[in-house]
Amino acid sequence: MSNKENYIKAFVEALEVAEDSVEQLEYQSVAAWDSVGHMSLIAAIEDTFDIMMDTDDIIELDSFKKGMEILSENYGIEF
Amino acid sequence: MWNFENHKNRLAVIDDKGASLTYDQLNKESRALANVVGDRCLVFSLCKNGIGSVLGYVSFLNHGIVPVMLNSHLETELLEHLLEIYQPSFLWVPEERIRQFPDMDCVYQIFGYGLLRTPYHTEYPLYKELGLLLTTSGSTGSPKLVRQSYENILVNATSIVQYLELNEMERPITTLPMNYTYGLSIINSHLLAGATLLLTEKSLMQKEFWEFLKEEGATSFGGVPYTYEILEKLRFMKMDLPKLKTMTQAGGKLTPKLHEKFARYAKENGKKFIVMYGQCEATARMGYLPFEKAVEKKGSMGIAIPGGVFHLIDTEGNVIQTPYVTGELVYEGKNVTLGYAECGDDLRKGDERHGELQTGDMAQFDEEGYYYIVGRKKRFLKIYGNRVNLDETERMIKGHFGIEVASAGMDDKLYLFITEEALVEPVKDFMIKKTGFHPNAFQVMIIDKIPKNDSGKILYRELEKYYG
Repeated sequence: MSNKENYIKAFVEALEVAEDSVEQLEYQSVAAWDSVGHMSLIAAIEDTFDIMMDTDDIIELDSFKKGMEILSENYGIEF
Repeated sequence: MWNFENHKNRLAVIDDKGASLTYDQLNKESRALANVVGDRCLVFSLCKNGIGSVLGYVSFLNHGIVPVMLNSHLETELLEHLLEIYQPSFLWVPEERIRQFPDMDCVYQIFGYGLLRTPYHTEYPLYKELGLLLTTSGSTGSPKLVRQSYENILVNATSIVQYLELNEMERPITTLPMNYTYGLSIINSHLLAGATLLLTEKSLMQKEFWEFLKEEGATSFGGVPYTYEILEKLRFMKMDLPKLKTMTQAGGKLTPKLHEKFARYAKENGKKFIVMYGQCEATARMGYLPFEKAVEKKGSMGIAIPGGVFHLIDTEGNVIQTPYVTGELVYEGKNVTLGYAECGDDLRKGDERHGELQTGDMAQFDEEGYYYIVGRKKRFLKIYGNRVNLDETERMIKGHFGIEVASAGMDDKLYLFITEEALVEPVKDFMIKKTGFHPNAFQVMIIDKIPKNDSGKILYRELEKYYG
């Protein structure tokens, strides 16, 4: 699977949302993405890409798109 | 309730948009709002961590108006049920929710909140000492409210001010909803101390929360066990937060490992980590572990707060005198609330507990008198700090779906056992909607048959293998 596919899978599994809806997701835009969901999401992303995210990155990741920016800029993950 | 004369010119509240009110302004604004409400009556307050919400609360408590404190995100169906049962005279709601009540007149608007006059004709008599009503935490669709008196609130807040040594220099930041007993106790005690409340709806997982905390120099916050798991995940211990001096924890038992970790961190960084114990039925606080003992007594919830007494009773009701013997924890103090209300007529009821509360928690004490919670008498779990009654959950699902169900699990994870595969998603969705908790809190499992004994009682032990 490509990095993008893996990234999408992390959202789908952590937040229990449909695959075709993930691209538009933002923090608190759906009930599942609250602080509890955020914890699961970060854990899923860290597992998927085998990284440890910094605090600043964890709290700045507030949308699907922003997450891709953070991962490519700070963790060298290409999409 | 509160006399703001002594700290008139100090800031009472600051929100994350930069708005603020001094105690003098808060006093004047609360009088203006109370004048619109008029005589003592019942008001539903849909709470948020913002100035409008706090203003309403202070106004109602200081002027003999009785608020029912509810979450502003409360599910519409449950809110309508509560409205029908209690028939309040007014609603105090965030502006964005005003339109949801087209049959009510908005008679006053300020700080993002509106006062709505309801069309109800019944006005239930209110017991003269009744101060406010709170839902039993983690309410699963139940209209049961806890009745707290003015004395309960004042006595508990005074005790908290004393053991946490609060003064007007404190700046607590909100991390818990103000309709939740623990969140409200932080507001009550700090208003009494003349401190400055930092109000935000942002969560620990948002950049804006930490920016606000740093900019305004927050000195303390409170958290439920789940909050501390989040903080650990956020590498909180590596953050540079020189102004933050106190972290309190309640709403369930922290794992001893996490307890020790935060206690050590606090000790090494000149901060206080204070584990506490309480229930809505005792206004808020009953016990606390003095911060000096946090490392040594990890896993303990401490000793009774000033003005309160703990003891344990065995199954026959005899007081236990020996350390490390398990019994039900009983608390005595003036913060033990009046009792419950389940319908409008109950609002006239007086004190039914007379200062004594059987907590439903099973505990032990050590040789030095420090208490440890070891289990629960009744079947309930704490989900993200909220109490969820397992039997009530079963009744609710049975009532809605007409199926056999068994519920069990551990704190922060509720397992529902059913026998019909097609209902896995509907049952889960139903629970999410009713409780407002995150989907991760629930796991629906299919089994062939709900295990029962000959008399039809569910054998919960046999279910443990699925999640133990």
